[in-house]
Amino acid sequence: MNIHYEFPLEEVGYSFGFLDEYAKKEVRRTILKAICIPGYQTPYASREMPMGRGFGTGGLQLTLALIGPDDTLKVIDQGSDDSVNAVNLRQFVQLTCPGVGVTEKLEEATLIQSRHRIPEVALTEAQVLVLQVPYPDPLVVVESSEARRKIMHAEADYSRLLVKLYEDIVHFDEITISHRYPTRINRHYVIDPSPIPRWDVPKLDQSPALILLGAGREKKIYAVPPYSVAEPLVFDDVPFRVEDFRDEHGQRRACARCGAINSFLDEYSDDNNAKIYQCSDSAYCDGQLAQHQQREVKG
Amino acid sequence: MSNRILEVRGLSRIYGHGCPLCVESTGPENDTNICPHCSSVVAVHGVSFDLFRGEILGIIGESGSGKSSTVKMLYFDDAPTEGEAIFFDNGERHELFQRNAAQQRSLRNKRFGMVYQNPHLGLNFQVSAGGNIAERMLMSDVAHYGEIRRRAQELLLRTEVLPERMDQNPKTFSGGMQQRVQIAKALVTRPPLLFLDEVTTGLDLSVQAAILDLILEIQQELDTAMIVVTHDLGVIRLLAGRTLVMKYGRVIEAGLTDQILEDPQHAYTQRLVASNL
Amino acid sequence: MQPVLIVEGLAKEFFLHEQRETIPSCSNVTLESREGKLTAIVGPTGAGKSSVLKCIYRTYQPSTGRIIFRDQAGQWLDLARADEHQMLRLRQREIGFVTQFLSCLPRKSALDIVAEPLVASGVHRTAARARAGEMLARLAVPQRLWGVPPATFSGGEKQRVNLARGLISRPRLLLLDEPTASLDPGTTDLAVKLIEALKEDGVAMIAIFHQPDLVRRLADDVVELAPPMAVKGSIRECLS
Repeated sequence: MNIHYEFPLEEVGYSFGFLDEYAKKEVRRTILKAICIPGYQTPYASREMPMGRGFGTGGLQLTLALIGPDDTLKVIDQGSDDSVNAVNLRQFVQLTCPGVGVTEKLEEATLIQSRHRIPEVALTEAQVLVLQVPYPDPLVVVESSEARRKIMHAEADYSRLLVKLYEDIVHFDEITISHRYPTRINRHYVIDPSPIPRWDVPKLDQSPALILLGAGREKKIYAVPPYSVAEPLVFDDVPFRVEDFRDEHGQRRACARCGAINSFLDEYSDDNNAKIYQCSDSAYCDGQLAQHQQREVKG
Repeated sequence: MSNRILEVRGLSRIYGHGCPLCVESTGPENDTNICPHCSSVVAVHGVSFDLFRGEILGIIGESGSGKSSTVKMLYFDDAPTEGEAIFFDNGERHELFQRNAAQQRSLRNKRFGMVYQNPHLGLNFQVSAGGNIAERMLMSDVAHYGEIRRRAQELLLRTEVLPERMDQNPKTFSGGMQQRVQIAKALVTRPPLLFLDEVTTGLDLSVQAAILDLILEIQQELDTAMIVVTHDLGVIRLLAGRTLVMKYGRVIEAGLTDQILEDPQHAYTQRLVASNL
Repeated sequence: MQPVLIVEGLAKEFFLHEQRETIPSCSNVTLESREGKLTAIVGPTGAGKSSVLKCIYRTYQPSTGRIIFRDQAGQWLDLARADEHQMLRLRQREIGFVTQFLSCLPRKSALDIVAEPLVASGVHRTAARARAGEMLARLAVPQRLWGVPPATFSGGEKQRVNLARGLISRPRLLLLDEPTASLDPGTTDLAVKLIEALKEDGVAMIAIFHQPDLVRRLADDVVELAPPMAVKGSIRECLS
């Protein structure tokens, strides 16, 4: 794809941001409603996008409805800015939103669309995070009827979800959910926070940035408004734990590239089949590396 | 303060669109509960009774007499076409059928207990026996894992389910054991009112005796009021202080259980007793 | 001394719908029962002796007549018309009934069966068991049987368990329907001693005895019944 290609004005078949104005208006109204009822899965008429469902069409519709010419966009896929999915989505936005800036640096971005991760560095009030969601309803594992799920949400009855956690502890001595950890927003609705790891769940709590979640295939939008309470579902006496990345000696593993010991690590195998660990958030890793190099230069 | 816990007045349930002649053309005198004019089924009509704290009330009748329907309405499994029921709980007065769906569910989950004849209605076979009990506790906002484990263990011990089976799925249990888990599940919130719908039907005699024994002990221990629905006169004799006899949706006789069994007044009850004992 | 119970013009007849027949059981019974006194009902078979007790206990619904009972609080009420809940309360606290047969839950031990009325009236289980043990000992039920369900007991042993259960809660009015029917002379003497002790305690009793000498030994009053007509018995007996 030639990213420098521009539609001749008279041939532009699409308005700014690919979606037509009515679609954007609807998504924006849905966003407003979602913010008003934190954690509530607001239904909307998800549009067909020129890509398969499951490639982030929900997140993309949110991004396209929100983005303006003075925005700077950062797209992340599992922490990385340069994986195929992230690159393609970024190029699509650049193609359909002429004049919009893109960046890989978190601090420069006003709008961040992400899949499976929340950036390591805390977001600011000026930023909006859009998360792509495959399965919006956390109750789907315990109740197949949507009508009954709606009642359970309305009454904040999550006992059956908790029974699932109870069974986990009974059979495995701990809660085995690694990602998509059910999280309660403002003490009522429990959301599926998209497939972010447990590591990222605490970042939802009291987040200065607005967090929007969009499920294109399931046609739902929900929000964690700034400074909302976000509590992972737990028992009083079984506290929520994030990944600790300890090795067999109980030592915290460090990133093999930048040496960070307080980031979420991905596991790789090197050429000798030995396991190595690296920051999952590539922009963060780059930033740490740059700082080290600066210090070395100064030193 | 009165010890009354439940007051039921004129409870009725008609399946079908009904017609003005439904009530007068059905009932024991007409020997049917199906209206000959509109084919509606008059399942329950004009059932009234009081229930006191810690009392066991029996409802007896053959299948189709409306005994189970009566209990199902009180447990909100079904809605009556007419009638009212008032539940007195800690000085509060709940008009059961005036409450909204959420309040009804809350009463059902926290203040009532139900043990069905069919364990599949009362138990969740996706989770372990302990998980079933945990579910009801979690509904009542107990969120302490250790506490849940302890109380589930205690109750299963009380209902004589082996502790090592607590973490197994109840579908691997015998029928009697499934009934015990159901009873434990119903009791975990210490409800003041418990419904038992043919709980011993289909179990062999020694298991029946054990379950009845358990029910009586629990009633003495927790002072739980119970409504026991059965077609088995033996169950009524052992459990209930008072009994209603139902036929074609009507209560045809009500009285002390030993009086119903030894000095029945109604022709149908006399026949029932004579054929059963 | 005020009477605990006054029965006036009591009659009971059964109407059998199937047979379209009315069967009289007892008629025009009048008696009184006082604290610490035993009233014996005598009469030939079929005179309706048991029916009188059952009417008082409301196992039978009396056809005519009044059964006036003075309760603990000194209130008078007509048992023939008392509401069922009142009746259940009285049975639990004030009126006891010992029949000829033991009817109880199948799996329970003899000790628990005897303790049951106490537990039901609020006594703690361990205390109730202790008193049940005393009672069984006084009726010479061997200790090795206490933990066993009475289903396998001999008739005499069963009856002793039944008697122990009936006498343990010390009601204000006790109805005894041939309580010593299947007991040997030795045990009968033990039972007589227990009944005498209850009398001294102020329990009012109405009793039917199989043996005439017991009437002589225990009764303060004797009421003689004549058979109202031919047939006697509960509906169950008539139908079977």
